[in-house]
Amino acid sequence: MSPADLLLYFFAAAALAGGVLMLIARHPMRVALALISSMISLAGIYAILGVHVIAVFQVLIYVGAVMVFMVYVIMLLDVRDPSFLERYGRAVLPSVALAAVLAVALGAAVSRGGMMSAQHLAALQPGSTGASFAVQPFSVEFLERYWLHFELTSVLLLAAVVAAIAVVKAGRRHDG
Amino acid sequence: MDRTQLLLTLSIALFALGLTGVMIRRNALVMLMCMELMLNGVILSLVTFAERTATLSGAVLVFLVFVVAAAEIAIAIPMVLLLSRQRHTLDVGAWSELKG
Repeated sequence: MSPADLLLYFFAAAALAGGVLMLIARHPMRVALALISSMISLAGIYAILGVHVIAVFQVLIYVGAVMVFMVYVIMLLDVRDPSFLERYGRAVLPSVALAAVLAVALGAAVSRGGMMSAQHLAALQPGSTGASFAVQPFSVEFLERYWLHFELTSVLLLAAVVAAIAVVKAGRRHDG
Repeated sequence: MDRTQLLLTLSIALFALGLTGVMIRRNALVMLMCMELMLNGVILSLVTFAERTATLSGAVLVFLVFVVAAAEIAIAIPMVLLLSRQRHTLDVGAWSELKG
């Protein structure tokens, strides 16, 4: 087993452990930290796969923007909230059973392996073999072929900002 | 187990863990974070297939999904905060009348 494979197993185990900790931890801050560790492990996996652009975006956007926002909000909240003390709702066992059934069904499909065989993936391939995921080819492809989508994301973000402000204002009016 | 199978299994496991979290936890913010975990699992499978088939458009799609997820969180968190201000709790049981 090569060192890269060892690292891959390590990061996969870390991501899983973070996910399990999210279910067990009581305080939302610990849940957030477990989610952050899971996301950073996923970024490590992307880096091992050679998709460096996405590894960087994972850390920058998810950990750097989304989770920092989440942590700020948790710090603003009241720690005596009853949902902080009692972790689980009523339907724990049925929910776990349902998720387990889903996981087993999907896992069986993966372990049969028909859809990931090399021939099948090669058939999916649109001819651009050996595309490298380095920053330069990604940026060139992104801004030459997908510039319209890039511009549309800025419109989407602007709409999200306006919507967030509108939501906060509506809440103020409701409070009186 | 080869690499693709390992990563797809991990992505399924993360998705199932996140789904369990959304269903069993009571805190609205924790449920939001578990949804992020589900999204991360799906993105992992997307990246795996993009890397296996060497398609750059897959990486572009992942970037767009990141942006949409950031916009989603930017709207979802103010809504959760407003709801918690109305009922003075983050417990989703406080809104059980929304079941209809």
